Amino acid sequence: MLTAEDKKLIQQVWGKMGGAEEEVGAETLWRMFTAYPPTKTYFPHFDLSQGSDQIRGHGKKVVAALGTAIKNIDNLSQALSELSNLHAYNLRVDPPRFALQLLAQCLQVALAVRLGKEYTPEMHSAVDKFMSAVAAVLAEKYR
Amino acid sequence: MVHWSAEEKQLIASVWGKVSVEECGAEALARLLIVYPWTQRFFANFGNLSSPTAVIGNPKVQAHGKKVLTSFGEAVKNLDNIKGTYSKLSELHCEKLHVDPENFRLLGDILVIVLASHFGRDFSPACQSAWQKLVGVVAHALARKYH
Repeated sequence: MLTAEDKKLIQQVWGKMGGAEEEVGAETLWRMFTAYPPTKTYFPHFDLSQGSDQIRGHGKKVVAALGTAIKNIDNLSQALSELSNLHAYNLRVDPPRFALQLLAQCLQVALAVRLGKEYTPEMHSAVDKFMSAVAAVLAEKYR
Repeated sequence: MVHWSAEEKQLIASVWGKVSVEECGAEALARLLIVYPWTQRFFANFGNLSSPTAVIGNPKVQAHGKKVLTSFGEAVKNLDNIKGTYSKLSELHCEKLHVDPENFRLLGDILVIVLASHFGRDFSPACQSAWQKLVGVVAHALARKYH
């Protein structure tokens, strides 16, 4: 799965966000709601207009959780255990195999927009693998 | 038939107008082979694919990437008949090439990321949305003649 090199690259990518994590999170969500309207069905209680406080707040939460996962990259299962329970039993988002793939795609786009040429194939690969690993952990408790 | 709004058509055309088919095609294919290494199974005769550097520098990858994206241009020119445009190619990918259609989805998503890295902020969420729709329609058309 994640090699030592992958882990290094992921830290690097995260480092390059330089404090813009909240913005990246909000942009990722907005892109997901725009490109994949069915994902909005999980947020009927949100103001989903562009730039809404709720989207910003939630985007910040999502990126923070990913940041925590990265800090505990050698033990994702434990680090994401709470979130795994939440997604499986409360949120019951369509198993992360599918829904998270859409979030991951939009995160990749948001990072590529920001980093341009710096978003190398190696980084792209590492982030893709990381998001797959996160999705796998979140899906663990579904059934 | 797929419905395209005037805005979607405009967003697709405006991006396409600025795309270097040679550069973006090569990059998209290279990334496919790097990020999803199992896709290399379809390119056994391409020579050295042993590292990201090798893949990116491989002239066969570059040439084929250009070919693939050039073909994509046909979809952009024929938004109202993507199904018809890819009918023969669909048969080819099924009968001769034996490519699992899931790979079309993967390549489509990668193309979107490549465009994002090239166009930065100009690749707005609305732009991405139109292009995700386009790559999805192309992938679907390519899978249509499978049997």
